[in-house]
Amino acid sequence: MLNYLTLILCCHLAGDLIAKTLEISTPGPIIGMVLLFLFLVINGSIPKDLEKTTDAILNHLSLLFVPAGVGVMLHFKLMKTDWLPISAALITSTILTITVTALMMTWLTKQPAKPGNEPDNRTEKREGD
Amino acid sequence: MQNINEIWVYLSANPLLHLTLTLLAFQLGNFIYLKGNKNPLLNPVMIAVIIIVTILVTTKTTYQTYFEGAQFVHFLLGPATVALAIPLYRQFEKVRQSAIAILVSVLTGSLTAILSAIAIGSLLNGSELTIISLSPKSATAPVAMGLAEQLGGLPSLTAVMVMLTGILGAMIGPFILNLLGIKDWAARGLAIGTASHGIGTARALQVNQVAAAFSGLAMGLNALATAILLPVIWHLLF
Repeated sequence: MLNYLTLILCCHLAGDLIAKTLEISTPGPIIGMVLLFLFLVINGSIPKDLEKTTDAILNHLSLLFVPAGVGVMLHFKLMKTDWLPISAALITSTILTITVTALMMTWLTKQPAKPGNEPDNRTEKREGD
Repeated sequence: MQNINEIWVYLSANPLLHLTLTLLAFQLGNFIYLKGNKNPLLNPVMIAVIIIVTILVTTKTTYQTYFEGAQFVHFLLGPATVALAIPLYRQFEKVRQSAIAILVSVLTGSLTAILSAIAIGSLLNGSELTIISLSPKSATAPVAMGLAEQLGGLPSLTAVMVMLTGILGAMIGPFILNLLGIKDWAARGLAIGTASHGIGTARALQVNQVAAAFSGLAMGLNALATAILLPVIWHLLF
């Protein structure tokens, strides 16, 4: 387990270094995610111990957002004066983004199923579930 | 009385107090969430944040003091983001089959997020600082904060917008997707991840593996898309 925790930290660090040296705005952890993904592609499967390590972290992913979320208290004043544009923009924009993305994805993945090979796609989908 | 004061002074200067507070508040939030049959409206992050902010405000504790303890939890966000490669790899085949659809959907979603936030913020006379800080809200926090700084906004205010967007998306997203009649877990995950990044992904991880993989992927792609699109849009508009 320890070696895979080390691997994760190495991917994180490498990601940070890549982002810094190439001066790109993509955060280090996201590049680290791509690096770990490449490791898995080269490796061909997910090592059992790596799975255990990552499941332990990811099962409680929500918890990790709490400290940043508490940062809300830093901007109570500004949020009081601009509460209407902020809340309206947050709510409407979130609803719109979810709607547009989901409809676009559903529409684009349904398109090829229409001409002819519908039965094939259906059996594939059932197996996938 | 003096003794209690002394104990309080000792405890509040110790990072252990606020680290423990973070875990306790989250455990309580999670307990309520599970008791409520994982109803998205009982989002555990939201409950924990409300509890902690209330306690900090009543005890007149600053965020800086709190963060000295909470930073140990906060630090794990980086490794956890790296670990999202695993659910993604598990769905590799599914992702490869619909690669173009995924890219187009996330790009459209990213544009929608940026433009609608700027439009509504401006229409309702938000200050420029507010609008800049709102515009990258659907991207993951480090990207959004970097972009806000680059455009002359407030990174810490942006972090607040990002957190609120994440919690909001995790809370209302499932209801919107049900209303739209979208049953495909890939499309559901992609939409949640594009709109509400890691907090949406955290919720998806508890519901469905396919949704979690697509949500994590969408979070990464939307971080890239926002980093590229937002500066261009901003300079075209203002």
